[in-house]
Amino acid sequence: MSNDPLLEGLAELTTDAPPQLLDRVAARWVTVDGPLGDVFVAYTDHGIAYLRPAGASAADDFRERFRRPLLPGARPPAGLAPALRSGATSGLEIDLRGLTAFQAAVLRTTREIPRGQLRPYAWIAHQLGRPRAVRAVGSALATNPVPLLIPCHRVTRADGTTGQYIFGAHAKQHLLAAEGVDLEYLHALARRGVHYLANADTTVVCHPTCPAARQTPTAGRREFRTLPEARAAGYQPCGHCRPAIGGQG
Amino acid sequence: MSAIAEAGGNRANTDTVEDWFVGLYDTHRALVFSAALRLCGRWPDAEDLTADTFLRAYRAAAGYTAERRAELMSRAWLMTILMNLWRNRARSQAHRPPPDRLPDDGVDEADPRQDVPGTVEQRETTTELARLLNHLPVAQREAVVLRHVLDLSTREVAEILNAPEGTVKSHVSRGLRRLRELTEGDAQ
Repeated sequence: MSNDPLLEGLAELTTDAPPQLLDRVAARWVTVDGPLGDVFVAYTDHGIAYLRPAGASAADDFRERFRRPLLPGARPPAGLAPALRSGATSGLEIDLRGLTAFQAAVLRTTREIPRGQLRPYAWIAHQLGRPRAVRAVGSALATNPVPLLIPCHRVTRADGTTGQYIFGAHAKQHLLAAEGVDLEYLHALARRGVHYLANADTTVVCHPTCPAARQTPTAGRREFRTLPEARAAGYQPCGHCRPAIGGQG
Repeated sequence: MSAIAEAGGNRANTDTVEDWFVGLYDTHRALVFSAALRLCGRWPDAEDLTADTFLRAYRAAAGYTAERRAELMSRAWLMTILMNLWRNRARSQAHRPPPDRLPDDGVDEADPRQDVPGTVEQRETTTELARLLNHLPVAQREAVVLRHVLDLSTREVAEILNAPEGTVKSHVSRGLRRLRELTEGDAQ
């Protein structure tokens, strides 16, 4: 060490990195029990980034997609386990960095679909002001980084069939049944070309899984194939389930 | 300087890229962060720059074989990544203080989370020197930080800055002379 106070002063300007800095670079992973068996969950300082069925490829898939170091986590993020048990996931922080603005918007809109309710792919496209982007909505949901937490299983095809799912089509039906969705009934409606249900007393038209539609007495229930047909008959879109302007969507 | 490791280092457990990365981070985090803090002059910017540096390093090395990772001269390699990121940032910043003036703002070198009363006196001395460092011309600041804050050899500084050793020596000596003038000027 020199006796030059300037050089000594400069040498004292070293500082260790703050302890939490590593977590701005690396993600952490844990395995937790979910409604469809164990799931692999990776999270960053911005929230939960990735959820997949636990298995050999989950960590490699994360590395390829996010290109971040992946270190073992000490414990699951707060609130994750109860959210997976209850399906009430709105309080969790989700890290949507790395997605396009459109993909992130699709996922944020999907997040608003309440438990036990279904929306068609076209509904998401309408909510985003991109009514023709139904296929792009499907792609964004097919690569949903956090299924279960952002409930892409509540988005189904216009023909009433449930469509594909990251955990498999059967798992999607299983999850929806567990949330109280009557898929047999909805399929029966779809086969008859019914996509909207209206209440003759309140003059409100809903998606079939909306609580308002389910509470409508049979005598006052009206069935519609499209929203324009319902509106032409004098029905107003429900403010809760917000059926979109358009055709079968 | 005890927080900063010698060159090379980082030998154990480098089989997986994560093991290698954790070793790299633990070995060099103080070096990278100190350089970032004394170049940027602001704690939040230094955190950003350090995080970016290690993420770039991971992304570059993720494609390497374990043998190639082990052969990296990791300290100089990391510092080169840091300097490239820092220079790109500095270039894209529209407003920087002119090097020949001493504005009072713009320097924020203290960790906002560690306000320990016992270190105030020492903090004031280092804060003052860090503030003066921030007002050196960029080339001099880079050379002085690498040579005298990080205590790297002139040869290694030259390699990191991609400049001849003579140029580095000249930037260091002019930077030190300027710092002495500023220190004396402040003392009067």
